[in-house]
Amino acid sequence: MIILTGNDLKSGAVVWWDGQSWSRHVNEAADVGDKAEEILAREEAARRVNVPYAIEAEKDANGVRPAHIKDRVRALGPTVRPDLTMKPADPAALDWVI
Amino acid sequence: MYLYDQYDQAMVDARVAEFRDQAQRRLDGKLSEDQFKPLRLMNGLYLQLHAYMLRVAIPYGTLSSRQMHALADIADKYDRGYGHFTTRQNIQYNWIKLEEAADILADLAKVEMHAIQTSGNCIRNISSDHFAGAAADEVTDPRPYAELLRQWSSFHPEFAYLPRKFKICVIASDRDRAAMKLHDIGIQIVEKDGEMGAAFYVGGGMGRTPMIAPCIKDFVPLDRLVSYAEACLRVYNRYGRRDNKYKARIKILVHEMGADAYAKEVDEEFAHLLDQGVEPPFAELERIRTFFEDPAFAAAGADDEIDRSDPDFALWVDRNTHAHKADGYVSAVVSLKPVGGIPGDATAEQMHLMADLARDYSFDELRVMHTQNIVLPHVRKSDLHKLWTALDEAGLGTPNLDRIGDIIACPGLDYCSLANARSIPLAQKISQRFADNGKEETLGELKLKISGCINACGHHHAGHIGILGVDRKGTENYQLLLGGSEAEDTSLAKITGPGFTEDGVVDAIETVSDLYLSSRVEGERFIDTYRRIGMTPFKEALYG
Amino acid sequence: MADPQYPAEGGLGQGHDEVQLRYRDDELVDHASVTVDSFLAQSNASAVRIEPGDDTRELLRHLERIRLVEVNFPSFGDGRGYSAARILRESGYDGEIRAVGDVLVDQIAYMRRCGFDAFAPERPLNESDVEAALNRFPHVYQAAADSRTPIWNLRHGDAA
Repeated sequence: MIILTGNDLKSGAVVWWDGQSWSRHVNEAADVGDKAEEILAREEAARRVNVPYAIEAEKDANGVRPAHIKDRVRALGPTVRPDLTMKPADPAALDWVI
Repeated sequence: MYLYDQYDQAMVDARVAEFRDQAQRRLDGKLSEDQFKPLRLMNGLYLQLHAYMLRVAIPYGTLSSRQMHALADIADKYDRGYGHFTTRQNIQYNWIKLEEAADILADLAKVEMHAIQTSGNCIRNISSDHFAGAAADEVTDPRPYAELLRQWSSFHPEFAYLPRKFKICVIASDRDRAAMKLHDIGIQIVEKDGEMGAAFYVGGGMGRTPMIAPCIKDFVPLDRLVSYAEACLRVYNRYGRRDNKYKARIKILVHEMGADAYAKEVDEEFAHLLDQGVEPPFAELERIRTFFEDPAFAAAGADDEIDRSDPDFALWVDRNTHAHKADGYVSAVVSLKPVGGIPGDATAEQMHLMADLARDYSFDELRVMHTQNIVLPHVRKSDLHKLWTALDEAGLGTPNLDRIGDIIACPGLDYCSLANARSIPLAQKISQRFADNGKEETLGELKLKISGCINACGHHHAGHIGILGVDRKGTENYQLLLGGSEAEDTSLAKITGPGFTEDGVVDAIETVSDLYLSSRVEGERFIDTYRRIGMTPFKEALYG
Repeated sequence: MADPQYPAEGGLGQGHDEVQLRYRDDELVDHASVTVDSFLAQSNASAVRIEPGDDTRELLRHLERIRLVEVNFPSFGDGRGYSAARILRESGYDGEIRAVGDVLVDQIAYMRRCGFDAFAPERPLNESDVEAALNRFPHVYQAAADSRTPIWNLRHGDAA
């Protein structure tokens, strides 16, 4: 699947396009098919997202997993500070990144 | 410590107002990201993996207690309770909001600090020897010259859009503790025939094409320092390559032109600039020098003998203190490298503590080392035990200066958008491995430096052992390098061969360090043995 | 600092390469400039256009016949034009130096310091933003091609 990600303009927080708006949670990322460029241009112009880009990802029973490790680090947070990640109570989350 | 006057303060305050306006124009959509990016970068604001990152300048690595407290307060108020001290003696915050960035700059301005030119293709923060003003081996304190150059380079109208970033370092000792020859310009203040002057080394650097700067001028009189620097920059601005960002640093220009040809161009420009009135009045240098006069050191006394009855304390004294020019004093290194910890990170609480300890024991002064530790430069020997006790309780007393556990690591893929691989977990595993196997002590001085990409913020080319993280088909892979040094015996490390997995490279480091232990002759450090026996035996041990 | 001399109503307009801001009182040079190579090859041209890769010093022998130097910024990030302008001023050139191309409001103050006194940006600038940018910094640290007194001279007795 193709999903969209970027950072929130004001807060810098990592966000994912969920089909309607931008979510903090990668599992809510929507497959945009061939609409990536269109949505990116529109959303960036409206300043609802900063420096957005399209990436490949896979969806399975556990959720959406970006293809590249860099985007998985973005999705979770720094692997060396589990306390600051999106899943501070889930030690297995680190395995998901790597 | 240099203190701002009305002029310095007015400039920094104006910059805050300017950035507040620029950020607002970005938030209002009057500036595109492309237009805003160079503006935010010149104020140290990056967009990283998880948020904006703010890099705050710590000129020549010197901080007062008050400033360190302010850095801690920023970590608490605007970030997540910690900061990261960098290999250019600065501090970075990882979780910054654009809408609060101007407020942070305003808080910094209240303590005479800023983030001006901490990124972008301009002259960056000037770095220096972390023992400046304290070391027994310096000819003078290099920081007045660094401060003069800080002022000269701040808002320099001609050099704000250079081909690439530009890093200047000033030292004043034959012992190089600041990687001087690995800067775009390295300046060594020297004494010749009773006169002080500046030797210019131009065109060094790390990154994807590491080079050691050649000396292009062995003596520039101090009353011409700024004119000569201006000439160096102008030649670079005019002729530095702009067709390829990977060939845009001055090291490529100097290399392609040849150091002699570059030096000749600079000399011509210098001769021209001498008539242009760009040099500050000499009285300004003298004014700046007054801020760096020695604090009121106590006379050496009977209580200056160090009580070594506590072996842990004695070990820390042996490892983490440095000879001072004043009798009865040492410079003490506060390790930000606890075993298994994140190199260079400090919590707000730790920053507050270091600030208080500096107030109590070091004439209110701290330094940031390029190796991501903190120095209390002027500590009386009789205060060392009290200092160590307080540090040790706060996890800041690790006795590992320049040991294998004292690892430089860039933020890597855990934080940085340029990184290809993570650096920090590797540093954690290595320091843990060598603490557990007890070999750190035996290995002696061994400088290990890790970068998560070829840009080399972790100085891997300058490590006795260096590690470079790369992306191999989507997985992290680590190349091992041997034989680098950032000190006065500057050398560039070479790659051993094929890369390793994360666990594989930890094993590989144990393999090369074991080979060193079995090969060394009396008194040899790792780097000495490597230089004597060469790469081949190490390769055989690793891949044979 | 002189007030900007804006082009007269209905005069030059705001199109590509046309002067939006001018800080000189003399008459606008509005004929086309030529490349540095053409300029050096012909003896009657009085307006020349410097591209980033040109060697400004080649013009120095001919300053007496130059009335306008346009310095092109194809991209705002290419800073060679700042050195070009300063070199001209350091050599005594007092005719117009006009920045053309990708000239942004946040660069105008530095350009003024390097000796630019006219601006023909590709995209017109908001003039109140320009005014704010030019008045933002109360002082300057270093000497440049303008007449502002550096802070370090102010500290040691020179008047502003």
